Amino acid sequence: MKIKDTLENYVFVLPAVAIFSIFYIIPFIWVFRLGLFDWDGISFTKTFVGLQNFKEIFLQDRNWWQAMWNASYITLIALTLQNIFAFMLALACDREIRMKNFYRVIFFIPPVLSEIVVGMVWRFIINDIEGANIINRLLAGAGFPNLMHHWLSDPKTVLTTVAAVHCWKGFGWGFLIFLAGLQTIPHQLYESAQVDGANAWQLLKKITIPLMIPVMVLVAILTVLGSMQAFALILGLVGGEFAGHTSVPVLRILSSMRGSSPRFGYACAQGISFGMILVIISFIQYRFSNKGQ
Amino acid sequence: MKYALYYKSKKVFINTLIHIFLISVAITCLYPLLWMIVSSLKTQDIIFKDISLIPQQLHFENYANALREEGFGRSFVNSIFYTSVSVFSVVIIASLAGFAFSRLRFLGRTVLFYMFMAAMMIPIPASFVPLYFLLNKLHLRDTPAGYILCMISVGLSVSIFLFKTFFDKIPRELEDVARIDGCSKMGIWWHVALPLAKPVLAVVIVLNALNVWNEYILALIIFDSRKFMPLQVALQIFQGEFVTNYPLLMAGLTIAALPIIIVYLLMQKYIIKGITSGAVFG
Repeated sequence: MKIKDTLENYVFVLPAVAIFSIFYIIPFIWVFRLGLFDWDGISFTKTFVGLQNFKEIFLQDRNWWQAMWNASYITLIALTLQNIFAFMLALACDREIRMKNFYRVIFFIPPVLSEIVVGMVWRFIINDIEGANIINRLLAGAGFPNLMHHWLSDPKTVLTTVAAVHCWKGFGWGFLIFLAGLQTIPHQLYESAQVDGANAWQLLKKITIPLMIPVMVLVAILTVLGSMQAFALILGLVGGEFAGHTSVPVLRILSSMRGSSPRFGYACAQGISFGMILVIISFIQYRFSNKGQ
Repeated sequence: MKYALYYKSKKVFINTLIHIFLISVAITCLYPLLWMIVSSLKTQDIIFKDISLIPQQLHFENYANALREEGFGRSFVNSIFYTSVSVFSVVIIASLAGFAFSRLRFLGRTVLFYMFMAAMMIPIPASFVPLYFLLNKLHLRDTPAGYILCMISVGLSVSIFLFKTFFDKIPRELEDVARIDGCSKMGIWWHVALPLAKPVLAVVIVLNALNVWNEYILALIIFDSRKFMPLQVALQIFQGEFVTNYPLLMAGLTIAALPIIIVYLLMQKYIIKGITSGAVFG
């Protein structure tokens, strides 16, 4: 009876564990194994090359590091501009103000759209067809015709344009989490400080920001993970890697796997290196937050 | 009295500034989507000339044409099919597991639970490479079943977490009453736990639906046959090699985006709750 009882309990978790093991754990282990092989993904023979793939990534693969740099550039812009902006919006909404819920609903529309759709819609808005680029029209209308530009076909501006659209899509996330965090700060704290004669700036510096540090770290971690791995937006917006100007790690991995001479082992090694870097960055940020408290 | 008036007008002034700021951001959020929808109703020859938001003629036939284009309509059906089957399966499988992790005792319970939770935190950006290989071996590549199984696996961790935290809060007495009435464990899960879990059910359904509907990379590598492709991947057929038919592309984008926006607007309460409760966990 006792054994039957326990066995019945396993029935509840069996489907989840089975699917998860086959489609998550096994691929996870295989990534590490395949990273040590030279293999095209089709033939029966895999050649064991040890850490050769990693050596190539870290010492020779300039395209890979270009892609890492591009992703870091997008991530840095998202970390600073996008998150500061999201925080300001959250502060503006965290008060007795009308239409608060309306704003909250609208700001989260871009994040629910898919990256590919956002990329394609913005490609249509910032196109290079003469007189049809809405951003350029706005610039000309605002009196800056000399700032009009072919944003997506100039190698110098294309990555920044990608970062800007990425921020448009992403700020709603930060906003929502910041707002949820702000609403957990007890009102009495502000009131008693105001009684003591603190002004708005002091309230922000001495109460809001210190209490929000854990939330800020959370948003920072999510931003890094999301921005470093973004790629479909680039496919939609630019159409591809644009001779390396908009290549990012996931696109590199994809092209290692799907190129004219596919290299599955190398793609896995790239994935491991990239995953490790992401875990290390998240861990450092997490430690930083624990020190800050 | 004078001071009160001063502070009041100052407050009104600041609030007005804040509203102007917030409204301009809201316009920036909505304008591209409005532009997408409006452009989907124009024709190719006026789409770049007439930039008004209210076109003179509405060409709804663009939608019919877009759906006919190279099986795009089929992709729409595919997306609905993948989303509904994956979401339904995730709800059943994750609620069973969440119930077990919360209520039942068995060897390895903690280890298994942390296994699911760890997956939420460890990014594996190249997992699609071995997944491709694995599905090939199982003869599941380029099949809807293979894709749906992958999507279920992707959704499990968060959903199990949400269900478990909710079931933890259900008082044990309710369960005891059901047991005394002769309810089996499955019966308690189905008749007691699930009906109580309606709010969390909504969160799980909506989050997973968004996720599957918007999924791109797995669909890209799993499917070779056009007839199986979901919307997000099928959108590429509108981007012609030489000439892009923009009104058709915009109609296609609207078809891909509008259902998710409508679902979001109807269920936004649950989505926002899901995001914030997931975030609190992280």
